[in-house]
Amino acid sequence: MEFGLSDEQKLLDQTVKKFVEKEVPLERVRELAADRQTFDATIWKGLNELGLFGIMVPEQYGGAGLNLLDAVVVQEHLGRQVVPAAYLSTAILAPVALLNGASEAQKDTWLPKIAAGEVRVAVGVSDLVEQRESSGIRLKDNKLSGKSLFVIDGQDADLLLLAVGPNNLALVDKNASGVRINELTTVDKTRGVVEVVLEDVEAELLGSEGQAGPAISRLIDCARVALAADSLGACQVMLDKAVAYSLERKQFKRVIGSFQAVKHMCAEMAAQIEPCRALVWYAAHAYDEIPEEAPLMACHAKAHVADVGQFVSVTATQVFGGMGFTDLVGLHYWFKRIGLNRQLLGGPEAVRQRAAELQGWI
Amino acid sequence: MDLSYPKEYEDFRLEVQQFLKQHADKSRNLGEEMGRPSSKLKDWQKLLIEHGYACRTIPKEYGGYGAKPDILHNVIITEEFNRAQVRRGIAGQGISMLVPTLLELGTEEQKRAFIEPTITGEMVWCQGYSEPNAGSDLASLQTKAHVEGDNFVINGQKIWTSSAHFSDMMFVLVRTEPDEPKHRGISYLLLSMDTPGIEVRPLVTMTGKAEFNETFFTDVKVKTDQIVGKRGEGWMVANATLKHERGMIGDPAQLDALLVKLIALMKEETVNGSRLIDNPIHRDRVLKLQARVESAKLHSLRILSNSLKQSFEMLPLLIIKLNGTHLSHDINAMGIDMLGELGVLYEDSPYLRSKGTWQFRYMFSIGLIIGGGTSQIQKNIISERGLGMPREPKPATN
Repeated sequence: MEFGLSDEQKLLDQTVKKFVEKEVPLERVRELAADRQTFDATIWKGLNELGLFGIMVPEQYGGAGLNLLDAVVVQEHLGRQVVPAAYLSTAILAPVALLNGASEAQKDTWLPKIAAGEVRVAVGVSDLVEQRESSGIRLKDNKLSGKSLFVIDGQDADLLLLAVGPNNLALVDKNASGVRINELTTVDKTRGVVEVVLEDVEAELLGSEGQAGPAISRLIDCARVALAADSLGACQVMLDKAVAYSLERKQFKRVIGSFQAVKHMCAEMAAQIEPCRALVWYAAHAYDEIPEEAPLMACHAKAHVADVGQFVSVTATQVFGGMGFTDLVGLHYWFKRIGLNRQLLGGPEAVRQRAAELQGWI
Repeated sequence: MDLSYPKEYEDFRLEVQQFLKQHADKSRNLGEEMGRPSSKLKDWQKLLIEHGYACRTIPKEYGGYGAKPDILHNVIITEEFNRAQVRRGIAGQGISMLVPTLLELGTEEQKRAFIEPTITGEMVWCQGYSEPNAGSDLASLQTKAHVEGDNFVINGQKIWTSSAHFSDMMFVLVRTEPDEPKHRGISYLLLSMDTPGIEVRPLVTMTGKAEFNETFFTDVKVKTDQIVGKRGEGWMVANATLKHERGMIGDPAQLDALLVKLIALMKEETVNGSRLIDNPIHRDRVLKLQARVESAKLHSLRILSNSLKQSFEMLPLLIIKLNGTHLSHDINAMGIDMLGELGVLYEDSPYLRSKGTWQFRYMFSIGLIIGGGTSQIQKNIISERGLGMPREPKPATN
């Protein structure tokens, strides 16, 4: 009986922590954000040297063959340090889709490249969760047309993995003829979200036609858990920063952290964040080992951490007072990352609607 | 992450299941007589102790089962009893608070005199801590005891003494060293409720029931050896006890059971011909609660796992009372809202649902939010001991 991270996972946790704290300080995040770069070759190289792109790729394809719980440990640190890593789609979502729906030839082609950090993937499935602006891609005469919105990690990705209705995923080369990529500017400058427009693009479907439904479901479950982990990391940092600031900042000849009004805000944040850790861990564990519980736990993790995230991001900013509102302390990077995570692949209400369906209430 | 139990524990689980299969019928309709355990409940308790499913780690010489402490055994017993919806035996402040305190800090005579009758339900205890002017600031309590011959003589008043009207005994905090700083002037005494000079008056709460009492002491004499710890050490002794109380209030299995009731209600009740669960607004609200209950359950697994590894992170423990009491209150609030106008029916009204328990628990849970350290005190504790923030400085006196 052990609920929590194994010794190996704790080691992974420390390794990633050390790397992001050293290599991606806030100044680096600021520089990249100013250049509108959501990808950085040095950060990518560093993550790759740690073998983190192959974390979920089986050993036979050159990966580490680990689980979502391991990947979540990494993702939490990327959230903690608001790292522009373009990690989620390539390292977590693409392997999951390939392993659950690709042909052997497709796995042989892409999984080793992913594990080696040689390919960057972007994933677009948002129209299956909430269709807006007539988004969605159609397949006709083996050609793909339409648009996919909010394609995650899309800036300069090599390979696009796009939903084509609920039962197909297409693998699209970004250089193929008929592919147009438009960047979407979001509040969060640490993550690249794009629109992909296709006009009569030659189709390569994942696996056989109409068979990718389960792979898409697994992909969405896993994305929800990973986004929750990212927000959890961001929440923890916002609380830590708020507490540290409250112990420095003096007003009325006292540190503001000695006022109960401030202490209680921090206590409320801690009381809400702490149980999220167990929820995220378990949702990842369910994804790995208890498939019948995985979709519901993924929904709960996504929706609940989004709500806690909103509370924490606003409250921590409040603890900083006027400084929290400025660009100077940079708290807004976490605030915005939490804000983006909240909406990606379903805001809390949409995800809870899915949780109701999963329990047969609808 | 490994949520399986070693084989020896799975064998233990089978034993518990076997016991429940064989004996569960003896646990039905045990009832209480004027708040005291009925003879049927006492028989059930005796059977549980014999098998080690109650008072498991209390040494044999004091009437317990005498097993070595093993959290997983407790977890398995709790899980299986909950699953079978079988009552756990006698609860109350004597068993949950006084007995652990005596085991930790009592004299041999006290252990022999009090533990066995308490765990068998023969001796019922109440707690005399709070006073009208000593609530959150409990250590400022003013009920005094001075020594005359071989007696303490107690004068003062306690409040919130639940079950005082049917208890045999009280564990009480009194000020014996008025010249010492407030935390060092308190002693922890044990006294019989039959002692002359004690008057118990029921305190009716907002629920309409008298769950609590006020207890008045006029020249109440207690032998000087009826003290736990030394004179002036009562605060430390009481904190050993409060530790046990805080753990008690955050039982996630109870939250889960409550949520199951709420969901069942939403599937049974109809409004304008539709089930409540078919209303998307209600569904969204109950799903938010479900996520909080799941988090609480998983959080307690994390704490269990930590304690198995002898790792006692403070922060995860400190938040349990705050979160648990508010969550319980929120679930009950939703139960009332689901019933709408029917939700305000109470006591013996026609059309009453669930025997009025949603309203009762909604109100009673406010008591739990306040009692045992209010939410505001909890937040002070979380921020000070969990996050390392300073205490609020005292205002200058003139």
